[in-house]
Amino acid sequence: MDHRADLTDLERRLLDNYQQGLPLSPTPYADMAQALASSESEVLLALGHLQQLGVISRVGPVFRTHAVGVSTLAAMAVPPEQLEAVAAIVNSFAAVNHNYEREHRFNLWFVATAASDAELADVLTKIEDLTNIKVMPLPMQEDYHIDLGFDLLWT
Amino acid sequence: MDMKTTQQRFGRLEARVPLSAAELELIGAIQGGLPLVARPYAQLAEQLGMTESAVIEHLTRLQASGVVKRMGLVVRHRELGYGANAMVVWDVPDAEVSELGRCLSSFEFVTLCYRRPRQGVEWPYNLFCMIHGQDRETVRGMVRQLVQCCGLEDIPHTLLFSGRRFKQRGARYQNSAAREEPVAP
Repeated sequence: MDHRADLTDLERRLLDNYQQGLPLSPTPYADMAQALASSESEVLLALGHLQQLGVISRVGPVFRTHAVGVSTLAAMAVPPEQLEAVAAIVNSFAAVNHNYEREHRFNLWFVATAASDAELADVLTKIEDLTNIKVMPLPMQEDYHIDLGFDLLWT
Repeated sequence: MDMKTTQQRFGRLEARVPLSAAELELIGAIQGGLPLVARPYAQLAEQLGMTESAVIEHLTRLQASGVVKRMGLVVRHRELGYGANAMVVWDVPDAEVSELGRCLSSFEFVTLCYRRPRQGVEWPYNLFCMIHGQDRETVRGMVRQLVQCCGLEDIPHTLLFSGRRFKQRGARYQNSAAREEPVAP
């Protein structure tokens, strides 16, 4: 799971320098290559490799919550023996983008996103109907974190 | 879940930035990530019937207005040695939520910090933050540091360590089935 040892020096420098500030020029990858004393083709290969390893989910924008569409965190208290089956039902909805087990009586936590309140409510209701387990919605009310990416430790 | 409560629950406190039809289309095309080609904005432009400079201008504006928080590599922490991930939830007096939220957010290791509604006796917590650490002991130490530095000694809190990851990908704001990522086992 930990892929740090599989990464090249260029891949690490891309992770350290470009979690934000992707150039908005016609040739962003060439600009990044120039800043890192590399070449455009090496940067493209490195980003493809990071994506293939699953170290990055994508190169692109992170949207402010609720700036586009609506979303909510939601939790369910699932009997442990049903957890995998319920998680699979939750995953089957395209509106769900994160879905984790957490160690608590509320043991299944997911984020659902939709274009409107009505669509979002519909997804949660369908999940309740299919699983017969109550969904506790916990929508964001205020965001205190300024997202500048994450300082990675390499050792 | 009844609709009326839901609409109240999803109510937004922050003002929305109005988005044009072209911007919404661009967001739909870019939400799964930029293409890894020499001229990614030109490729998006072609797909959307815009010019490359229009795509760049829209993205510049979306960033300036805060709709886009950042543009770049979106990392998955577990693949980079951060094996312990905890959601830490706090039951904070309502009048102090904003101040304490800002205090928690000022720490490097806090990667998200949100106010959320309490849900009765079952769920009394109204302030949430996410911490990624290399192991559980490290994360527990970080929580002790938060308690001490933000004066949270008398505030009830709970750590919820993550277990299995059933799904993780970027949000989809429009109905596009494109580029669904494989789900981790």
